[in-house]
Amino acid sequence: MIATTTNPIRVDLKLIADLVEPRTRVLDIGCGDGALLDYLYTFKQVDGRGIELSMAGVRAAVSQGLSVIQGDADTDLKDYPSDAFDYAILSQTLQATRDPKGVLENLLRIGRRAIVSFPNFGHWRNRLQILTQGRMPVTESLSYQWWETPNIHFCTIRDFAELCDSLGITVEKSFTLDTQGRATQHPVHSRRANLFGVEAVCVLKR
Amino acid sequence: MNNETDPGISHNLAVSHGKTVTLGGDRPIRLACGTELGPFTVAYETYGTLNEDRSNAILICHALTGDHFVASPNPLTGKPGWWHMLVGPGKVIDTDRFFVICPNVLGGCMGSTGPGEINPATGKPWGLSFPVITIGDMVQAQVRLIDHLGIDQLFCVIGGSMGGMQALEWCHSHPERVFAAVPIATSYRHSAQNIAFHEVGRQAITTDLDWHGGDYFSHGVKPHRGLAVARMAAHITYLSEPALHRKFGRSLQDRDTVGYSFDADFQVESYLRYQGSTFVDRFDANSYLYITRAMDYFDLATENGGVLANAFRDTKIRWCVISFSSDWLFPTSESRAIVHALNAVAANVSFVEVNSDKGHDAFLLDEPEFHDTLTGFLEGAVEHRGLPRATKKAPR
Repeated sequence: MIATTTNPIRVDLKLIADLVEPRTRVLDIGCGDGALLDYLYTFKQVDGRGIELSMAGVRAAVSQGLSVIQGDADTDLKDYPSDAFDYAILSQTLQATRDPKGVLENLLRIGRRAIVSFPNFGHWRNRLQILTQGRMPVTESLSYQWWETPNIHFCTIRDFAELCDSLGITVEKSFTLDTQGRATQHPVHSRRANLFGVEAVCVLKR
Repeated sequence: MNNETDPGISHNLAVSHGKTVTLGGDRPIRLACGTELGPFTVAYETYGTLNEDRSNAILICHALTGDHFVASPNPLTGKPGWWHMLVGPGKVIDTDRFFVICPNVLGGCMGSTGPGEINPATGKPWGLSFPVITIGDMVQAQVRLIDHLGIDQLFCVIGGSMGGMQALEWCHSHPERVFAAVPIATSYRHSAQNIAFHEVGRQAITTDLDWHGGDYFSHGVKPHRGLAVARMAAHITYLSEPALHRKFGRSLQDRDTVGYSFDADFQVESYLRYQGSTFVDRFDANSYLYITRAMDYFDLATENGGVLANAFRDTKIRWCVISFSSDWLFPTSESRAIVHALNAVAANVSFVEVNSDKGHDAFLLDEPEFHDTLTGFLEGAVEHRGLPRATKKAPR
């Protein structure tokens, strides 16, 4: 069954959903079980497609009537034509890709805009854990031990901002979420954001 | 003129063939080989009722040795329809809501025009004088059937294996007549390995002395042994090593020790022999040659300048591509190639690989993940097509 959304969605997904214009075309990369796509379809009449690595996620999404394929951000984005979507969304996935730079470039080739969210390795608690314990940070938002984490390309918000600069990508809007999940809009180069943001959500434009 | 008879009786197999219709009498179809064919007969079954605006029709395309008895008992074997688990009132393909059409393919042997039927021009079975047909030709015949039934656009075309090839062909050659498509356990072109297996089957048939150059009818015999061996070889490709091992292992048949002979010592041998022997009772050897050839010739990429995406340019169809993890005849990589081509044209596509250890045959079996996927996809398509939603969630 499609569009049965009654449950609240994750706070970062809600923030992303609020950034999407109604009745647009959206590609959600790493869409999980399709919660965001379902929400966007129900509340914004979006023409949405998804890519998800895990077959369990894909099956859950397709069984709800969503258009989702099993695929990989690193290898499968190259197939899509340029300008095929209004938004290419990559939520909490960039740090798990093999080639984040290539993925970013593809997002902004396929979509007129990209919305990217990622955990901020520069958050003060991460800095403090390394400084005081000398160990890789393990926190609520980064809950894996170093030897099991799928997150192979961590960055801070500042790192991300500099990569965007070097690729000529404009950060139109950027938000951080704090430990309570509250969103604040900051300039992406803000020191404060890089220190206090647990997670960043950025709207990117070519 | 189209003449409809119900039920139809085949010339070579004296059983009821459900509905039959003669088409192409005034306007033959032009086959890929260049020959014109018409009039020709299509045997088919329908289930459910066509709605007022004729928008709820689902075409189901059968596989190599399938037939049009998708949901009702096969009159020849008495067995339930080959997809009875999936198609019927309240089922995944709900005949209370959809009008389901399943035709026997051109070249088949269950009532549609094929090499075993009488050539009206000679009054004798076609045999090898029947033109070599392609998947595209089968679809041409189906298009005429859909015209005859007064349907402009099919709500969905669904097919597994060779049926999936037909579904792909429909979407390529008649995209405006298809709203949604579900190619299952299939490929956009028959692989070298699959052509090789088919050739083994064809050699088994044509080297059977009872084949008589395809003219066995006039000799009052049938190439039973060759066809049975073809079926045995093919049957292995429909299964998987784990499935065979689970079912039979190295268990012996009706004995405690090996017999030091070439009898069917092992259960798996006995099983294959049984599969071969029952197959010859329901299938025509020449049909087997023609239909396997049609699959071999299928190649949507080469037909479209070597780029599969060209076959589906500007497609508006909602797609759901499904494969099975243990299928080595039409492996997931083939489905993935279809999905990549559809991505390249920004098509609306879903793709699921179902976990199963049952090999290619999984698409015919009770696989809950597969059924859930299909249910969800059809529900989504129903909503987008503006058809009435299910009043209750279909079972599973």
